[in-house]
Amino acid sequence: MHTFAELIIVFIILLDLALAVTGGLSSCIKLVALQGVVAGLLPLLAGSGAPHPRAVVFALVIITLKGVVFPSLLARARDRSGARKDVEPLISYPASIMLCLGAFIASSWMGSRLPLPETNIAWIVPASLATIFTGFLLITTRSKAITQVLGYLVIENGIYIFGLALFVEQPMMVELAILLDVFVAVFVMGIAIFHISREFDHIDTAELSELNDWRRGEYGK
Amino acid sequence: MALVLLSFVILLLSALLALCLNRNTHRAQDAGAYGAVSASIAGLIPAVKVLLSGTSETLSLPWPVPLGSFSLTLDPLSAFFLIPVFVLTGLSAVYGVDYLKGYSGRKPLGLAWASFNVLTAAMMLVFTAANAVLFMLGWELMAAASFLLVLFEHEKPQSRRAAFIYLAAGGTGALMLLAVFALLGANSSALDFSSFAAPTRAAASAVFLLALCGFGLKAGFIPLHVWLPEAHPAAPSHVSAVMSGVMIKTGIYGLIRILGYLRPWEAWWGWTLLVLGAVSCLVGVLFALAQHDLKRVLAYSSIENIGIILLALGLGIIGVTHSAYPLAALAFAGALLHVFNHSLFKGLLFMGAGAVLHGAGTAEFEALGGLSKRMPRTALLFLAGAAAACALPPFNGFAGEFLIYLGAFRGLNSSAPVALAGVLAGLSLASAGAVAAAAFTRAGGCTFLGEPRTPRAAGAHEAGGLMLFSMYALASLCLAAGLLSPLLLVPLSRAVGAGFGGIYGAGSGQEAAAPLIYISAGALLLLAMVALAFAKRRSLFPVARAASEVPTWDCGYAAPTPRMQYGASSFAQPLTDFFQPVLRKIGQYPVLSEYFPGKASFSAEAQAVFYNSFYTPAASRIRDLAYRFSWLQHGRLQIYIMYIVVSLMGLLLWKL
Repeated sequence: MHTFAELIIVFIILLDLALAVTGGLSSCIKLVALQGVVAGLLPLLAGSGAPHPRAVVFALVIITLKGVVFPSLLARARDRSGARKDVEPLISYPASIMLCLGAFIASSWMGSRLPLPETNIAWIVPASLATIFTGFLLITTRSKAITQVLGYLVIENGIYIFGLALFVEQPMMVELAILLDVFVAVFVMGIAIFHISREFDHIDTAELSELNDWRRGEYGK
Repeated sequence: MALVLLSFVILLLSALLALCLNRNTHRAQDAGAYGAVSASIAGLIPAVKVLLSGTSETLSLPWPVPLGSFSLTLDPLSAFFLIPVFVLTGLSAVYGVDYLKGYSGRKPLGLAWASFNVLTAAMMLVFTAANAVLFMLGWELMAAASFLLVLFEHEKPQSRRAAFIYLAAGGTGALMLLAVFALLGANSSALDFSSFAAPTRAAASAVFLLALCGFGLKAGFIPLHVWLPEAHPAAPSHVSAVMSGVMIKTGIYGLIRILGYLRPWEAWWGWTLLVLGAVSCLVGVLFALAQHDLKRVLAYSSIENIGIILLALGLGIIGVTHSAYPLAALAFAGALLHVFNHSLFKGLLFMGAGAVLHGAGTAEFEALGGLSKRMPRTALLFLAGAAAACALPPFNGFAGEFLIYLGAFRGLNSSAPVALAGVLAGLSLASAGAVAAAAFTRAGGCTFLGEPRTPRAAGAHEAGGLMLFSMYALASLCLAAGLLSPLLLVPLSRAVGAGFGGIYGAGSGQEAAAPLIYISAGALLLLAMVALAFAKRRSLFPVARAASEVPTWDCGYAAPTPRMQYGASSFAQPLTDFFQPVLRKIGQYPVLSEYFPGKASFSAEAQAVFYNSFYTPAASRIRDLAYRFSWLQHGRLQIYIMYIVVSLMGLLLWKL
């Protein structure tokens, strides 16, 4: 049973690396959805014996949201905004994958240092940290607003797996609270992206820096 | 205590009501003013009761805020500070109805009234809070409400500038107060005032300095006064009266409260307060002498009076640390009595200035003159206020200052440091009093005497009935507090006892009794003689000719014009020239060298010396320093998120 869960962990790490190098926006959305579905399956396999019916229901809700609702919302936002098809990274893909690998090494080290209760699935803490870092990587090094939403979703996946590592039996309470936040966030961002693209004809956040109020020289300097 | 709460609730509800009725000016005015007056009456009752009975009242309500508790305490010290709040806000609200009438339709009066009532409620909270979180809430609410009132005439650039300076000063002060409460509450689980423990020596000194700066920024003594002469004139006059009369006293109150937790005191604290107070009262009154605007003169005079209070506090602390108890008791009693008296006469004076502004449209000396013929009642009431501010008997300003003088003289036959403090205090008080007399002679003379210098002043009209009512009420209170000062003895000694310790309370009761009775008797005698002279004026001055009307300041010229009369600048010039190193006026003086001089012009402008030569350079230094880090701030969202990630990572790694 646990070997299967460990396989999923490895799969999630591979998905992190894939996200770091994927250039197409739609493949990115699909990868994030896949990661969400896989992470949603994890609690069903982690416990010993048959899963509790409640856990099954939660897993179904999570898989529906992450696998169907969020991707379709994001895909719609991408189509509406008429943006280019690639993620427009600020750094090169090799650099991205190097950073992602570095993040994985750092999280392995941190996972061994963090004062956490013993977990019965190997690599679950490093994998969750690596997923969180990948999410941050997507947020900070991609210029589109949609990739930032994707980044938040990846972070959410990471937090979910991390919660699983801590409370194998009841990650649901933590997860539900976060999921609600993310759901609202995706919604708001979807609307915001739509409006940004309508007002500015693009969703490149770098262009939004034109709106900032800190200009050297305006204060008599 | 229920009445205090009632008063608080009335204020907040009427503020809300006034805000809702913003469209309907008349109703908004009614809602605000009735609310303020009824809240004042409701609040006065428990405050007077506590002062007369001497027992504190407390109230605790559930309030789920971390470290906070909604606990109010009304002890004699709070009550002593609250009474002027209620008297002045109630009367100012009455005054404000007439004063703001002219703005109806042009200004959101509902917002102004809401801010006014919230300001009063916040001051109540500050004076009664028994928890640091609640205190800070009241403190910030007070700053916010008064900020809105300073911005009342926001179309004027100087109002916006004043409001900005005020906001910056308020924020800086609040930060320091947070540090004060953090240091005081470091060893206790809650931030209730009752659970504060006396800190160690070094920490106590740090708390003292932080509290001095934090509360000083509100009290406005020099050099922390820069916001005061800007903000007080910018607000509507009834608000200036409240701000100058009672709001700045929250700083003094806070300082007294914090000093209560820092026992035993150190002598150098007293010296710091004494020197700051002496500098404030001397420099403040000198600046008052150099101003060209009536309200600015009054604002600087507030700085002077805060200086007097601070000086008395310092004298008292020096007395305590050198075990000179009669001196300490007298100084503390004088400080608190002056707090009370200053709120009455400064309220009256600001209302008088408001009446001038309302009647003549300006408060600039060079545009006024001759108003005593056009607004005789305001002139008389302003004269009463000015006499009180110059500490002339029989008005109330005299009693408080006299106690401080008496304390200073008591110090003379004590040990050398106390004697030195006494000499310093006495000298500064005396010189400040002399310059204050000159400043108020100049302010009153240029405004009310002589001939109008401009058509606007010539067309001035007397203040409305409600404005006059408030001023009459305050003037009678000034006179009553001067004549009947022995009646204040019991409340005063209770307040001193609650603020500084029981022995000083009892001591001040004993020490101040005889002088206050003498003052009162002397004042009554003076009043009786004046009344007698007035009754017998026919027999005393038998040559009563029919009064004939001639131009004022004739000076023997055939065709005098109002431009020939003594102006405000020329009146003050001998004194201000002498103090030029401090005042740093910039001006242009005409030099007459020919027998038939041509056109000449004269101008003199008082500078905001501290603002220009200390705060502006300091602020630009800080801004330059901030610009060095402007590369951190460039508007890319991704990088900002990266900062957050990096700092979170740093914290995580630091803890690993």
